Amino acid sequence: MTPHDTATTVARASSRGLEPRLRLGERIIQGCIFLAGVLGIVVLLGIIFILLKEGVPIFAHVSPWEFLFGTHWYPVSDPPAFGIAPFIVSTLMITLISTALAVPIGVACAAYLSEIAPRKVAETAKPIIEILAGIPSVVMGFIGLALLSPLVRSTFNLNTGLCGLTAAIMLSLMSLPIIVSVSEDALHAVPGEFKEASYALGATKWETIWHVCVPAALSGIAAAIMLGVGRAIGETMTVLMVAGGALAVPVSPTDPMTTMTAAIASGIGNAVRGGLQYQALFAVGLMLFVLTLAVNIIADRVLERQKRKFPR
Amino acid sequence: MTTAGFDSRRISQRIAFTFLGLATAIAVLPVLFIIVYTIIRGGGAITWEFLTQFPSQAGRAGGILPAIVGTFYLMLGTLLFAQPIGALAGIYLTEYAPDNWLTRLINLAIANLAGVPSIVFGLFGLSVFVLAFDFGLSLLAASLTLAAQALAMVITTSREAILAVPREYREGSLAIGVTKWQTVRHVVLPQALPGIITGAVLAISRAAGETAPILVTGAAFLLPRLPQSPFDQFMALPYHLYTVAAHVPNMPKETVWGVAFVLLVVVLSFDVLAAAIRIKTRKRH
Amino acid sequence: MTKSLKECLIPLMLAVALMLSGCTSNSPAADASTLSGSIKIIGSNTVTPVSSVWAENFMKANPKVSIAVSGPGTGVGIAALMDGTTDICQASRPMTAKEIEQAKAKGVNPYEIHVASDALAVVVNPANPVSELTIEQLSAIYTGKITNWKELGGADAPIVAMARDTNSGTHVFFKEHVVQMYGLPKADKKLEYGDKVLFVPSTEIGVSEVAKNPNAIFYAGLGYVTKTVKAVAVKKTATDAAVKPSVATVVDGTYPVSRPLLYYTNGAPTGIIKAFIDYCLSEEGQEVVLELGFVPVAKQK
Repeated sequence: MTPHDTATTVARASSRGLEPRLRLGERIIQGCIFLAGVLGIVVLLGIIFILLKEGVPIFAHVSPWEFLFGTHWYPVSDPPAFGIAPFIVSTLMITLISTALAVPIGVACAAYLSEIAPRKVAETAKPIIEILAGIPSVVMGFIGLALLSPLVRSTFNLNTGLCGLTAAIMLSLMSLPIIVSVSEDALHAVPGEFKEASYALGATKWETIWHVCVPAALSGIAAAIMLGVGRAIGETMTVLMVAGGALAVPVSPTDPMTTMTAAIASGIGNAVRGGLQYQALFAVGLMLFVLTLAVNIIADRVLERQKRKFPR
Repeated sequence: MTTAGFDSRRISQRIAFTFLGLATAIAVLPVLFIIVYTIIRGGGAITWEFLTQFPSQAGRAGGILPAIVGTFYLMLGTLLFAQPIGALAGIYLTEYAPDNWLTRLINLAIANLAGVPSIVFGLFGLSVFVLAFDFGLSLLAASLTLAAQALAMVITTSREAILAVPREYREGSLAIGVTKWQTVRHVVLPQALPGIITGAVLAISRAAGETAPILVTGAAFLLPRLPQSPFDQFMALPYHLYTVAAHVPNMPKETVWGVAFVLLVVVLSFDVLAAAIRIKTRKRH
Repeated sequence: MTKSLKECLIPLMLAVALMLSGCTSNSPAADASTLSGSIKIIGSNTVTPVSSVWAENFMKANPKVSIAVSGPGTGVGIAALMDGTTDICQASRPMTAKEIEQAKAKGVNPYEIHVASDALAVVVNPANPVSELTIEQLSAIYTGKITNWKELGGADAPIVAMARDTNSGTHVFFKEHVVQMYGLPKADKKLEYGDKVLFVPSTEIGVSEVAKNPNAIFYAGLGYVTKTVKAVAVKKTATDAAVKPSVATVVDGTYPVSRPLLYYTNGAPTGIIKAFIDYCLSEEGQEVVLELGFVPVAKQK
């Protein structure tokens, strides 16, 4: 049983014993908490419901196979084509690269701030990093356009700097703060005894961090990474502005490409509610949801395995 | 353990620490750079008129007051709707929910919600709050939409913050006969508060800068007066920025960056406020 | 909530309340106009700036009227017209037959008013030696048949073709009239944009890239053509004269690529909506159109 289970059992035992004497106030509060939990879930269900209701009708016009693997996207043509393979590949490519950039840097930074940096430095650095999360996607898009894209273009000698790599770099900056923040909280929560035991055995500070702290905080760090990946997958504006917007299936990160989110954003202003383009765009949203779900399930499985090694 | 062996471990520690320090620099420097760049390009547009007047000539003249006020209203609305529900849901999921498949499914679903693109939230808000609940294109509908988007992040970070509280605190409290809710309220929550606040601020700062969810739930480019009730349409900085940057011919670039600068300041002021609170509460515990 | 948070919130709310009380609506005009009411305009981002200035001017002359102008796209405006949540739908493309049918089924009768035109200039980098292109060549560039500038008499460099995404009415307009060569002998309705074409979310982004990138080509409304880019003269066919885009050449019909900007209302406009639209189509209203870089309707035949 995990310590969390222990606490819950103790709590249940004691509350069961107190139940007849539980004040009405406590009952009401518990009711409110339960309602809040339920409300949060209702919102989720609402989103799924909307995606299904508005998106599924498109499959009367195109088979799911054709939708997922088709490479032609002509939503306003006559006859239209609805193949989203290029978008799926682009989303995966950009998310992968931005995560590969953001995770090592983010976790390393969290380790530094939580274990090595003097408190004053950590306390100044953390809010500054959090500000990065607050910078609106539009502004990040401007910066990407003005500064990063010419840089990428000249460094890699490309036709244009509007490509997947530029988008991935901007995205990694945008998911950094959440990864750093939540990882740092997780590392900070590692009990002092773990570290003291490690030092007592003669390990250096770095060895302690790498072999003790990080594994102990892993489920918190993993939660942080999942939030970061979620941010990267769902980001719309910045990617729309700097990833190039080409419809071909990208072969390299330096190709201009369109992610699933950008595909939705590029058409939603024109799509009339209930029309074919509208349904197709919602179907893309649905696929995006399924993709995120798959990633999260995999992460959840990995986490379960890790939890068994290092129970909290 | 020979001296040589220890030295090589020392060296790898040095290297590792350098990398960690570098990583921190990479995380910190871009922000400062972006802020400085925005100030350089947009600072010139900031005048008293710019901050207190209504826009004129499709945003090329006049000011952005209604957009500033609208953004503040949205942030307050999002905070009001997302924070209590999110924190309570986080408490429910960590303290009260049984550890079964349903709870794991719920946690999974919430993680998923974090990845839903803002566009989809916008359309969700349109279908539910604007049309079904009949709030119309309004501050209310837009705030609720932004709150729905913020919810996932607020719940997750609240949950992480609460889980980080050592079990001994809880067990000690319960052992002396304190009820569950009192334990949560007086023992767990104060410890988790800094983390909860961090999460709320990150989520709400993000909400303030979002364009897509407010596009179809009530944001306007031109309104003759400030919103008088939650059922009015509103202007907002991100939408204003997007429109002047992309869709107005002959738009002076400095004005565009000026709007970006103001948006940054508004968002930052919330961040600074929350950071101050967090430092204060962390000191107490 | 901690005490300090409460302490900060109250002054903040007071400040906001103060701002509210201090800032009422625009100062009333000198003459007393009897028109009153409100008008909602929703739809295309392209038409938004024009509508905004029209609204501002009309509200100054008629202080009891309030007009709200929003984007974010033609489709959203059309849906709003169908739902009855807007008075005017501003559109940068005509409603399709299907959409009109959908509207009629909801009891809405779309009434189309041509309020301005948008000349589409084809722009390249000023360093690009190419200055003239036929519509057929443009079609070949945008379908991906021609991929190098040297095939057009320019440098030996790959063409970076850029277009607007489907959110803009220009996307379909350019496709039908240039890519598919509507009205010309080689017209082909099956042609599509090539899959290497870059679709950008705003004209501004496209123009900036052309200004920086010697190999880029893009199309933009006249109002966005600045000295940082070069407008190419377009020839309808190889034997026609090459015409540079301008208000004059659109008005006299020699420049072949221009599209209408439209207002849709539910049935013919009446009351203050009619008064407003009358203003938009008046001489003064069309001056606004010109000033923003679009082409006035009134002058066209």
